[in-house]
Amino acid sequence: MTKARAFGFTVAAVCLLAPGLPASISAAAEEPKAQAGQPSHGEPEISSQGWSFTGPLGTFDNAQLQRGYQVYKEVCSNCHSMRLLSYRNLGEKGGPEFPPEAVEALAGQVQVTDGPNDKGEMYQRPARPSDRLRSPFPNPEAARAGNNGALPPDLSVIGKARPGGPDYIYALLTGYHAPPAGFQLAPGMYYNAAFPGNQIAMPPPLSDGIVSYGDGTKPTVDNYARDVSAYLMWAAEPKLEERHEIGARVMVFLIVFAVIMFLAKRVVWARLHEHTAPSV
Amino acid sequence: MEHSSTYQPTSGFGKWIDTRLPIPRVMYTQFITFPTPRNLNYWWTFGGILTFMLVAQIATGVVLAMHYVATPELAFDSVEHIMRDVSWGWLMRYSHAVGGSMFFLAAYIHTFRGLYYGSYKAPREVLWILGVLILLLMIATAFMGYSLVWGQMSFWAVTVITNLFSSLDAVVPGLGTRLVEWIWGGFAVGGPMLNRLYSLHYLFPFLIAGVVALHIWALHMPGNNNPTGIDVKGARDVVPFHPYYTIKDGFALVLFAIVFAALVFYGPNTLGHPDNYIPANPLQTPQHIVPEWYFLPFYAILRAIPNKLFGVAGLIGGIAILFFVPWLDTSRVRSTRYRPIYKWFFWAFVITCFVLGYLGSQPPEGAYLIFGRIFTAYYFLFFLVVMPVVGWIEKPKALPGSITEAVFGPEEAQASSEPAPRRREAEAVL
Repeated sequence: MTKARAFGFTVAAVCLLAPGLPASISAAAEEPKAQAGQPSHGEPEISSQGWSFTGPLGTFDNAQLQRGYQVYKEVCSNCHSMRLLSYRNLGEKGGPEFPPEAVEALAGQVQVTDGPNDKGEMYQRPARPSDRLRSPFPNPEAARAGNNGALPPDLSVIGKARPGGPDYIYALLTGYHAPPAGFQLAPGMYYNAAFPGNQIAMPPPLSDGIVSYGDGTKPTVDNYARDVSAYLMWAAEPKLEERHEIGARVMVFLIVFAVIMFLAKRVVWARLHEHTAPSV
Repeated sequence: MEHSSTYQPTSGFGKWIDTRLPIPRVMYTQFITFPTPRNLNYWWTFGGILTFMLVAQIATGVVLAMHYVATPELAFDSVEHIMRDVSWGWLMRYSHAVGGSMFFLAAYIHTFRGLYYGSYKAPREVLWILGVLILLLMIATAFMGYSLVWGQMSFWAVTVITNLFSSLDAVVPGLGTRLVEWIWGGFAVGGPMLNRLYSLHYLFPFLIAGVVALHIWALHMPGNNNPTGIDVKGARDVVPFHPYYTIKDGFALVLFAIVFAALVFYGPNTLGHPDNYIPANPLQTPQHIVPEWYFLPFYAILRAIPNKLFGVAGLIGGIAILFFVPWLDTSRVRSTRYRPIYKWFFWAFVITCFVLGYLGSQPPEGAYLIFGRIFTAYYFLFFLVVMPVVGWIEKPKALPGSITEAVFGPEEAQASSEPAPRRREAEAVL
């Protein structure tokens, strides 16, 4: 009987704890499993990359996020909006952490529409840190008209909106190849090994040397893709560092609490075995 | 077990309130001295865990509602506003979203525990029915809450589920269509639908809280069932709820909280679908529409049945059949521990639920569909055939004489002296 109860406890404990191994969970969430597969027709090819932000203690690499923002600004932002982000986010803790002056300067380079003023007219002014990132097109119709009928998706939460997250983005940006023999490519489309269906409307956006890094990082497609993927993951999950940091404290607290509760429980129940007939 | 109150108010206020609104007396009698079988195992701790989850969901939900905007234009963005700009908003939202999953995990374990130990059998039928009602309300609440995010999966889940009512067109032509339009408040899922989902998502948790109060009341009339399934026969079979079960439930709750926290802090989107981070688009259907994991078995049943009306009947029947379990099971003993034949069918049923969950996540075609039909058939046969027939033909194993005998063995239960040290050591692991 005791054995059965001990077994029951073990099963219950395993049920409770088995999915709780933080490493396995974060591996699943922030570094989704590589979908190993041949780059055959329709089969996306995504392999898992090493990111600084995976794992329970993962943090973003500020320099990488700054480079990633540069790639976004100079390349992606020609077609893709990031309408949920403000320029101030670029200076916040746990992100690219541009210094305040740099954030002011980055915002100030951009003209945004404001108004109406007291004459009832809209006007242009330099952006402030509190402004949202300016979108390249005024509306989705304009975006389609400028892109051969295809709508470039907003990138604010793209890091969480695709299976594979940053691994997928990296695989997509480095996945442009010549189509395999016999592959029927529709007009105006490009072959991409990572894209579902392998036909993508986006022309290959990156090429070596297209962006000049200021910190000596090699200006290669691989580095651009890696940096902008990390940047987009941060944009989708700007509180990731704070979450990991608080999570560590909460986990330590709960584990200590669990040990105390376990010992307290043993002490309380030990009383029972001294008096088989407790008074109720 | 209705037991007499031994509460003695000591303070002046305690005496004053005791003759007017004796809440302290009720709390003392029902949660301090309440006689509880001494042999409850850790599967019995999920009732307390579920109470905690309900309170946690209401607390985080009320905060989220302060910042959420229920319009098609702003719903998705307001959720992201909570994630980005509201102080601790990310913690509130992830706790609430993961909390839904944890709530269902606990509810399913709690239900399977009741099923295994026969906790639905007389005199606990009303207790069980109230539990099934809570499960139904939870399903409705979770579905409506998921829709509020107004991502692609939210939107298309609402479209698919509300459209199920149109199957009534097969009964009365036009009835289903009219009903669906009435539910939508228009000719498509849009603003009016989102607003009613929001309104009802806020209402239902309080209905659940009300039924939970009745569930606990119905529990405290006969008292807890226990792993042996035999009735409490004397004072030696029970211990006061406090401190024995407050501490045991508390320990289990902390273990549960560890899993909960690990998901919130290290994998908040593990159980979610990436498509729900794409804003709702009525013009673009996702390739596969899949519900949250806790609905997958029922989704598999819905899709396994080729006829739409019967599919919906199967979906609803899959839960509604639980209401009749107290009368479908004809066994004389409660606990599956003493049921040598039934236990195989029981575990086959547990496996069936897991397999249906997996099949629900896959496209309904080829082998997935064939297996979906086989396991759907077993799901219903378990209740409609296995429960009545096995209970009737099975010869149960010998039951222990009492709960105390089950814990200490017959010779110890007979002896009035203290148990031998050997026993005491073994018991310490309990």
